[in-house]
Amino acid sequence: MSGVRVLVGTRKGAFVMTSDGKREKWDVNGPFFGGWQFYHLKGSPIDPNRIYASQSSDWFGQTMQRSNDGGKTWETVGNKFLYDGVPGTHQWYDGTPHPWEFKRVWHLEPSLSDPDTVYAGVEDAAIFKSTDGGQNWTELSGLREHSTGSAWMPGAGGMCLHTILIDPKNQSRLFVAISSAGAFRSDDGGKTWKAITKGLYSKYLPNPTAEVGHCVHRIAFHPSKPDTLFMQKHWDVMRSDNAGDEWTKISGNLATDFGFAIDVHAHEPETVFIVPIKSDSEHYPLDGKLQVFRSRTGGTEWEPLTKGLPQKDCYVNVLREAMDVDSLDTCGVYFGTTGGQVYCSADSGDSWKAIVHDLPPVVSVEVQTV
Amino acid sequence: MVRVELPFHLRKLADVESEVNVDVAGVVTQRAIIDALEARYPMLRGTIRDYATDRRRPYLRFFACEEDRSFDGPDIPLPDAVASGAQPFMIVGALSGG
Repeated sequence: MSGVRVLVGTRKGAFVMTSDGKREKWDVNGPFFGGWQFYHLKGSPIDPNRIYASQSSDWFGQTMQRSNDGGKTWETVGNKFLYDGVPGTHQWYDGTPHPWEFKRVWHLEPSLSDPDTVYAGVEDAAIFKSTDGGQNWTELSGLREHSTGSAWMPGAGGMCLHTILIDPKNQSRLFVAISSAGAFRSDDGGKTWKAITKGLYSKYLPNPTAEVGHCVHRIAFHPSKPDTLFMQKHWDVMRSDNAGDEWTKISGNLATDFGFAIDVHAHEPETVFIVPIKSDSEHYPLDGKLQVFRSRTGGTEWEPLTKGLPQKDCYVNVLREAMDVDSLDTCGVYFGTTGGQVYCSADSGDSWKAIVHDLPPVVSVEVQTV
Repeated sequence: MVRVELPFHLRKLADVESEVNVDVAGVVTQRAIIDALEARYPMLRGTIRDYATDRRRPYLRFFACEEDRSFDGPDIPLPDAVASGAQPFMIVGALSGG
């Protein structure tokens, strides 16, 4: 592997950026499907040229795209996301029952063993699976039918299932996270699910340690240590060393531990990256300084990484899906902002350089090492 | 043959230039036109009508013969001018300012 391909979803189209292993010069292609929102694009780890993309529009709803040539050309695949059976209700903002209604696909997670199999995390929160390359989708309804499902309530961002992780050591084990519902684990390929929220504390809940209701923003792990999970919650950065059975707070010396994105170094399972945001009411960096924070100790001790990033008058946000790493020898770290910048660090975060400055707001960044 | 005018993004999605023509068997209604449209251009499935409810997406309107037909039932016959191809059936996206 000698280069990288960065898949960028924005509010107004998809972009594909490529570079060699130096990651200094970039070819930027796009926008693909200009004017459409791309919540997520992700390639198959088995066949990197197979890329799935979630394309949506307030006018035209959800469509899905698939590429078989690394993002050069695209074909429309299936977009029929129907909940299994009569979907029932969850809680609405006023506490009344509200029917489950499909809105969009937030996250795509291709299988680790079959390029035609892919999972989709959707709003209203549910997980779907396709085994035919995205043509047909079937809900894994055990999640939505979890005993707590009727109590889930959307936050301001919608009740979205935005994180899906497949345990590489046991592909029947899946982790998902849902905004304002929490985190769940399945050990049987998605048939049944268990809430994994013990140790989370959310002061905005009537019961701050409730089983569900926690606004989990993102979960990440290192493939070699899938029982060690790192979580960026609404507030709090958290860690679990037993596959989510218990969580401990690792915010440590962070000035603010609100944020969305979190990811793990490709070669150092205890090196974690986050982008702290000032607060839940002010979605921009503290003091107008864009800073990535890195912990080399699995949390608690964090260092700011600022070289090459704007250190004044910066008021962008970095959304939950907008950070990723490559697996070249010197691990590259990437993130996109709502201001349209995509930054790359070719030295594990020590220094940063913008690949592009002026895209539409960036929703997602995925990196393929090719 | 029925003429259908699509909004920009659906034309791009279907890879067509301007109007498209579809053959509609039987009575020409909104449902029959969209069924025929989706059969010919499968990539448009779900973009005009919601899969779950089968209803028109709220930011789209249907026009024919200079009249808003958006709130007509999907099985109400459309004017002869649409059925004959003299006038297009127009699918129009809501305007968006900024």
